[in-house]
Amino acid sequence: MIEVVNINKSFEGKEVLHNISASFTKGVTNLIIGQSGSGKTVFLKSLVGLHEVDSGEILYDGRDFINMPARQKKEVRQELGMLFQGSALFDSLTVEENVRFPLDMFTDMSLNDRRDRANFCLARVNLQNINNLFPSEISGGMQKRVAIARAIALNPKYLFCDEPNSGLDPRTAIVIDELIQEITREYDMTTIINTHDMNSVLGIGEHIIFIYNGQKYWEGSNKEIFDSTNKELNDFIFASKFFKKIKESGARI
Amino acid sequence: MQILFHMGRYATFVIKVFGRPQKHKIFFSQISKEMEALGLSSVGIVAIISFFMGAVITLQTAYNIEMPLIPRYTVGVAARDTILLEFSSTIVSLILAGKVGSHIASEIGTMRVTEQIDALDIMGVNSAGFLVLPKVVALVVLNPFLVLMSMGIGIFGGWMAGSVSGEVTSAEYLYGIQYAFIPFYITYSLIKSVVFGFLITTISGYWGYFTSGGSLEVGRSSTKAVVVSSIQILLFNLILTQLLLA
Repeated sequence: MIEVVNINKSFEGKEVLHNISASFTKGVTNLIIGQSGSGKTVFLKSLVGLHEVDSGEILYDGRDFINMPARQKKEVRQELGMLFQGSALFDSLTVEENVRFPLDMFTDMSLNDRRDRANFCLARVNLQNINNLFPSEISGGMQKRVAIARAIALNPKYLFCDEPNSGLDPRTAIVIDELIQEITREYDMTTIINTHDMNSVLGIGEHIIFIYNGQKYWEGSNKEIFDSTNKELNDFIFASKFFKKIKESGARI
Repeated sequence: MQILFHMGRYATFVIKVFGRPQKHKIFFSQISKEMEALGLSSVGIVAIISFFMGAVITLQTAYNIEMPLIPRYTVGVAARDTILLEFSSTIVSLILAGKVGSHIASEIGTMRVTEQIDALDIMGVNSAGFLVLPKVVALVVLNPFLVLMSMGIGIFGGWMAGSVSGEVTSAEYLYGIQYAFIPFYITYSLIKSVVFGFLITTISGYWGYFTSGGSLEVGRSSTKAVVVSSIQILLFNLILTQLLLA
């Protein structure tokens, strides 16, 4: 479980996050949604320590991530997996070496065991026979799956996904969403997904936080989102005619 | 103020670069890869430039010494001292600042803008140390060898040019390059090459590491890395010359 208490973040005097508090439970897919520039990527990067917050608390299962000593922070980092918007696979390494990388760096497993684990993770994301290819030789969807395999290689407790569907076709996007949801349940992880893809919101939004202008404006689930009276949320969700018509038709999840 | 900002951030960056490597086995395998990428791949260009520069230095010296009172072997002496003191360490390092510096800055800069460095940080890897320290070790170790090689090829190029053009006989040239030879000049040159190797890798790594934006900024970082490395090489050349030869 990750708890966030009143976090604030500014860049050169411009406030990007304002007093955001939230709890993210494990075993469910937690979504952070909002328009581009609303502060959701800064929020996600603050959670994993890529940005230092100005004030507030971030608790990983009760452990104060901001104020803990560097060594303990390093240990917590090894419990994190992250899927980046552009996959962030290492260009100079093959698919297998990418997945094996955290194992090479942080475990004393033998090479055979590390290879087995990498193959297991690749098989888990339905990838086979691409071990020796480089990231530039596989499709965007495959790169995302390799990134997921790398993220779960060390059996993380917490998984962070920054716009996992960006640049993917709708069908592949659904495959990635479902894969993240399956893995979250299977490994009982605390998963936080940053997205503005409405298909993801409706498909896997078990717990959703809507951020607007750096503030938390709404919290709920995909079942509740259609009945929300929050104007900013409705402007965001029902911006497309398609979703507007769904709402007007009375259809629900 | 900008200079002070960059000096402070560079100092912090260098301290981070020299953090303890996570796994020594991985660290040493990275060093061998970097030696190939940064050092061995530069052998060709260093050899070609050294040969022709040695030849030109010899011919220009020969054309400018026309007084009958000055012996012809002076051409060999002048060519040797120019190559040993200045050309092989400083000019070769300036060439490497262009070739290796832009390579390092663009490689690390691309990793920054494609979030590969963020991925390392999130895993708990010291990204600055992981990416830059193997490059520093590789070039600091290999640069003196490149400089030694450059010295040999430069002097050989001078001998070839002098002999073929007939400006200096082989005997005069060979006598000249041995005349009043001060072995410390080689030590001085090697000390400079170690310092220059450190400057090229850390400055280029710094500009690459702190790239922000997209491909345009990667290009800018690469240019800044070359310009700043070159200026620092010239500045430290002056400082080291004053310290070691004065």
